[in-house]
Formats: sequence, structure tokens, C-alpha cells
Amino acid sequence: MSSASTVLTSAAGETHGFLSPTGVEIAFLLVGLVTFGAALVTVTTKQLVHAALWLVVALGGLAVEYLLLTAEFIAWVQVLIYVGSVVVLLLFGLMLTRAPIGRSPDADSGNRWAALLVAVAAAAALVWVVVDAFRTTWIDLDGPAAGSTEATGASLFQNWVLPFEALSVLLLAALVGAIVLSRKTKAEMSSPPVNSRTATKSSRPVTESSQSVPGARTNPAEQEGAS
Amino acid sequence: MHLAYPAVLSALLFCTGLYGVLARRNAILVLMSVELMLNAVNLNLVAFDVWLSKAAEETLHSGQALTLFTIAIAAAEIGIGLAIVLAVHRNRGTADIDRLRDTAEGHESQSSDGADHSDGSDGSDSDAHTAAQAGRAGKAEATA
Repeated sequence: MSSASTVLTSAAGETHGFLSPTGVEIAFLLVGLVTFGAALVTVTTKQLVHAALWLVVALGGLAVEYLLLTAEFIAWVQVLIYVGSVVVLLLFGLMLTRAPIGRSPDADSGNRWAALLVAVAAAAALVWVVVDAFRTTWIDLDGPAAGSTEATGASLFQNWVLPFEALSVLLLAALVGAIVLSRKTKAEMSSPPVNSRTATKSSRPVTESSQSVPGARTNPAEQEGAS
Repeated sequence: MHLAYPAVLSALLFCTGLYGVLARRNAILVLMSVELMLNAVNLNLVAFDVWLSKAAEETLHSGQALTLFTIAIAAAEIGIGLAIVLAVHRNRGTADIDRLRDTAEGHESQSSDGADHSDGSDGSDSDAHTAAQAGRAGKAEATA
């Protein structure tokens, strides 16, 4: 690593250039375009289930970006948690709130032009500031991976043990909170079977779906007739 | 790699999520946009951690540790958020955040209210307003 001193500053300018991007940069750019396009489709499509499926593409593209940045452990955690569970939870939520299959004309609010204005202004300001601030900054991706499982695990359990344990308490609180939220409505519906007292978080959508299925069976015909 | 690539990508993703949060009506689509914003922050954290871990001899890997914490908190947030959305949908019959204007629960007219809304989910807002006002009036009578 003779170039260790020329990693950060503009002194490394002679070895890097905008006009001769490396292979990693080209790959990052292409995957980034796919990710950004999928994110745009996610927030603009009128088909609700398609939005969740395009979100899979965006999150998977981000996992590939993590891999290109040599953060492999984060990449696999991203695939496991986001693509594996969060999107499935969102699809369950769409199903249980009786999201219409097909195009729903009222997916966007009436203030979408104000939202577009705010988002474009924020994007322009952020991109301008970021590009201007880090114009001469280069990441050195050579050498040992900065985010290998060994390095991440060592730093996590050497320096970040207390936040890690606090996070487990927070996850427990979220688990209990989700159970309490779904049990309260069950008590108000006045038909809680005794077995559902011991329902865990993973089995919660199943019990809810079994309760909301009769209404869902009668309503879509009327909704289609109305629309 | 130039640091501007991941930084610009994360800024664009964040603003995409911002547009989604502001423009969407379905609560679950709003949650998806929040996930996009959190992922943009994660990409920023990872990129700057990779940059700084090569800059310093001794590093805490704080960016990647914070990314892991953010992912776990986002998973908890999506679980709680979906539980809330499902509870609201069961009470009010809609997950449309433009219609959820009152902060109190309508206990008395709950069942009929929900049935009305789910039957006419494309209906006008005036029905929802009158039903909500009726529920509020009934609740006031019950407490008086």
C-alpha cells in the first residue's frame, strides 16, 4: 500500500479521474440507476402491490451497492431483513387492509405537486451541497474489506456492546407492543379465542387474516362495482 | 471510488422517499417511503464508514454499527406501524390517511361506522365527516 498517504486528499488526483472511471464505479453507477428507478416507480405507481414489489428491486439494488462498497455483512443483513421480512410484512399489510388489485386512482394525494416541488428542491440542494463538498474525496476500496463479518463483529462486540443490548430490549418492547396493539382490537371485537392469547408476532397476521377474511370476501365485488 | 457516487445516490433516494411520504394517501405506501428514506441514510453511513476506516488507523466502525442498529429499528418500526395501521383500518374501515382527521376513537358507532366506510370506500368525504361527528356526539352524551 504505497498509496496510503494519497487516499483522501486531492493529492490523489493524478491517479483518479472523472473521465476514466474504474470498473467498480461503473458498476456502482449502473446499479444505482436501477435502484433509483425502482424507487421512483415505488413512489409513483398506482398499483399498490407493484409498489411493494418494486421496493424489493430498490432494496436489493442497495444490497448490491453495499457489496460494491465492501460492506458484505451489511449487505447480507439488508437482504435478510429488508427483502426477506419487511417487504413480506408490507405485503401482508396491503392484503389485510384490502388493497385493491389493479390500478387505484386515489393512490396519490391532492397535494402531489407541492410534494414534487419540495422533493425536487431538496434533491437539488442536497446534490449540489454534497457534490461541492466531496468533489476531491476518494474511497480506497483496495486492501482488506472494511465491512467484512470479522471486522464488523469485532467492533460491534468490543465497542458497541451496550447499544447492542439496549437494541435487544427495544426489539422486545416492539414485539410486546405489536401484540398489545393487535390484542386490544381483538378484545373490542369481543370474540377473542383463548388460544390467541399466546399468539406470537409471527403468527399475528395469520390470526388477523382469519378474522378479516369474511369482510374481505363480501366487499371487493361492491368496490369493483362502485369503481 | 469517488465518494460523490454513493452520497448523490443516497440524497436522491432520500428525496424520493420524501416525495412518497408527502404525496401518498395509503398509509402502507407511506411506510414504504419511510423505508426508502431509512435506506438512503444507511447507504450514507456505510459509504462514509468505508471512507473513514481507510483514513484512520484506529476506528470504531461506527458507521456500520449504526447501520445495523438502524436496520433493526426500522424492522421494529415497520412492525409497530403495520399493527397501528391494521388497528386503524379495523376501527375506521380505511387506511387512507387523508380521511383520518380526528384523534379520538369512536367507540359507540364503531361497528356500523366501519361497515359504512368499507362499503363505500370510494364514497365522498361528507359521509365520513357526518359519521365521525355523530360518533363524537354520541361519545359526548355517554360521558355527560
